[in-house]
Amino acid sequence: MLKDEDRIFTNLYGWFDWGLEGARKRGDWSTTKQILSQSPEEVVELVKASGLRGRGGAGFPTGLKWSFMPKEVGERPHYLIVNADESEPGTCKDREIMRNDPHKLVEGCLIGGYAMRACAAYIYIRGEFYNEAQRLQGAIDQAYEAGLIGKNACGSGYDFDVFLHRGAGAYICGEETALLESLEGKKGQPRLKPPFPAAVGLYGCPSTVNNVESIAVVPEILRRGPEWFAGMGRERNVGTKLFCISGHVNNPCNVEEEMGIPLRELIDKHAGGVIGGWDNLLAVIPGGSSVRCIPKSICDDILMDFDSLMAVKSGLGTAAVIVMNKDTDIIRAITRLSYFYRHESCGQCTPCREGTGWMWRVMERLCTGEAELEEIDALEQVTKQIEGHTICALGDAAAWPIQGLLTHFRGEVEDRIKKYKAANSTLQAAE
Amino acid sequence: MSGIEFAKDQPDSFAFTAETEAKADAIIAKYPPGRQASAVIPLLDLAQRQHDNWLPKKAIEAVAEKLEMAPIRVLEIATFYTMFNLKPVGKYFLQACKTTPCWLRGSDNVIKCVKDKLGISNHEGTDDGMFSLLEVECLGACANAPILQVNDDFYEDLDYDATAELLEALKQGKPPPQGSMKGRNLSESSAGATSLTSLRETEAAYVPRPPKPAAEETPQDGGES
Repeated sequence: MLKDEDRIFTNLYGWFDWGLEGARKRGDWSTTKQILSQSPEEVVELVKASGLRGRGGAGFPTGLKWSFMPKEVGERPHYLIVNADESEPGTCKDREIMRNDPHKLVEGCLIGGYAMRACAAYIYIRGEFYNEAQRLQGAIDQAYEAGLIGKNACGSGYDFDVFLHRGAGAYICGEETALLESLEGKKGQPRLKPPFPAAVGLYGCPSTVNNVESIAVVPEILRRGPEWFAGMGRERNVGTKLFCISGHVNNPCNVEEEMGIPLRELIDKHAGGVIGGWDNLLAVIPGGSSVRCIPKSICDDILMDFDSLMAVKSGLGTAAVIVMNKDTDIIRAITRLSYFYRHESCGQCTPCREGTGWMWRVMERLCTGEAELEEIDALEQVTKQIEGHTICALGDAAAWPIQGLLTHFRGEVEDRIKKYKAANSTLQAAE
Repeated sequence: MSGIEFAKDQPDSFAFTAETEAKADAIIAKYPPGRQASAVIPLLDLAQRQHDNWLPKKAIEAVAEKLEMAPIRVLEIATFYTMFNLKPVGKYFLQACKTTPCWLRGSDNVIKCVKDKLGISNHEGTDDGMFSLLEVECLGACANAPILQVNDDFYEDLDYDATAELLEALKQGKPPPQGSMKGRNLSESSAGATSLTSLRETEAAYVPRPPKPAAEETPQDGGES
């Protein structure tokens, strides 16, 4: 188990003062000026060396992403955009960072912004997080007042602003280009890529969008050195990670653990085990609703990191672990996700706009069993026709949960159809 | 996304108060010159807060005028994003999360309790205007599921009885402190934290969290601390 001294988010549970004074006691803002005395390239190289992979779902190496920004500021200013539109079902980690450790995020914005020669950071926070936004704004105000950000930030000679922007309820704005559209005052509909945001981002300027957790861990990595971070976990899957454990566990919680912790250990040690015991486990969605579920047989010894979960055709995603025990109607659980994607499709691409609704309607019938066996194959085929055929990944995200269900629980789906048919033919015979 | 049905009774006019206007100007200043359209969501939010938590057509036009945007561009924002209410909502606007993590933890019981105690279902409101209910998608607090959002505050770890208790307190105009209704601290394990405990003893900065006083009014702005 990860030692407390290796944990980054030491105020995860809000035990201590979230404000500047408390944050300073926990080490935040302690050597910022020194970090900024290095060149932007050096900072990027250190982040690259740490092996940090993006914490927002895709797991793209953060340092590499930063290196895509132009090396000189031309006519157009550079921007850092922080994605705090935390909406992936199961995910609730950024909320804790923003309300309990907001200075880690603000300091991370300054350092990340410096590394990319940005003039400002915009933090796009989901509108529902009203109280969290108040708290984060409080931290930003404190940082301005103390001269840590703004003109001559931390006495470094570098000018940098941090602005908070509240959204208004749209899952799709967690997609980076939809977020940019929304930030520009438009509907949150994803842009075609290329051009990528590093070339043409916010207001047409070079921009990089990073998740809250990715940015908030950077100051600590630079203070302790990239070797420290890279020394945890296993190759290509290093560092610590915030895990959100929800669903059928005795004690749902958020916890920071070492990357690559066995799923079973994570659930048993931190979440009080599966309700009814490990043998009562049915399946787990290991990385937020968009990844394929894994049945108990895989859960028994799977490691929680990007590559291990990829190998079983699932994903670490946001590390939001949704646990389902044997009391769960898994067809209903996945149908509920299909409804979610239908609700959240932005309507731009036809396969997604029409497909999410179509899949949800079929799933509703599979729940009751009022369907034909051939429709299972038809449904699977449609998921493949949506996957990869849309501008953004929401189409994929809608398809994968259903594919996971059909891969691992096809028997249950078939049984329900057969049961419905049997019950119905008895009824007809009785008439 | 949100329904695009407007309220039948629309006010004849809408004007920002001086206070809202000042907040709006401060928000617009966050964005580069000429990029004032970026402020459309925050300004619609301000307008909605000024107008009993819903947006009449005149408010949408007022925001368009303030930001020098075509009214249709603002209207499409107001209909795309789910947090904008185009019709009146209750004084206590209940938003119940029903997505899978909440559903697994019994969100059906929360919705049943609202139905039993208030007689309202999804998209409905009580006749006295005190409550209205909307079923929503993931609120992003899944380790504290199920969640009921009341205006700006999240009430967490609910079951049927806790929901009944919450609704009764709201009826009396005394909202309990936001957060877990089971007395749990934030998203820490309810059996006690399994990490960071060694810091709890040594951390000099330990400050016990003061309980949040029960708010009487809805706070006004997202930009203040």
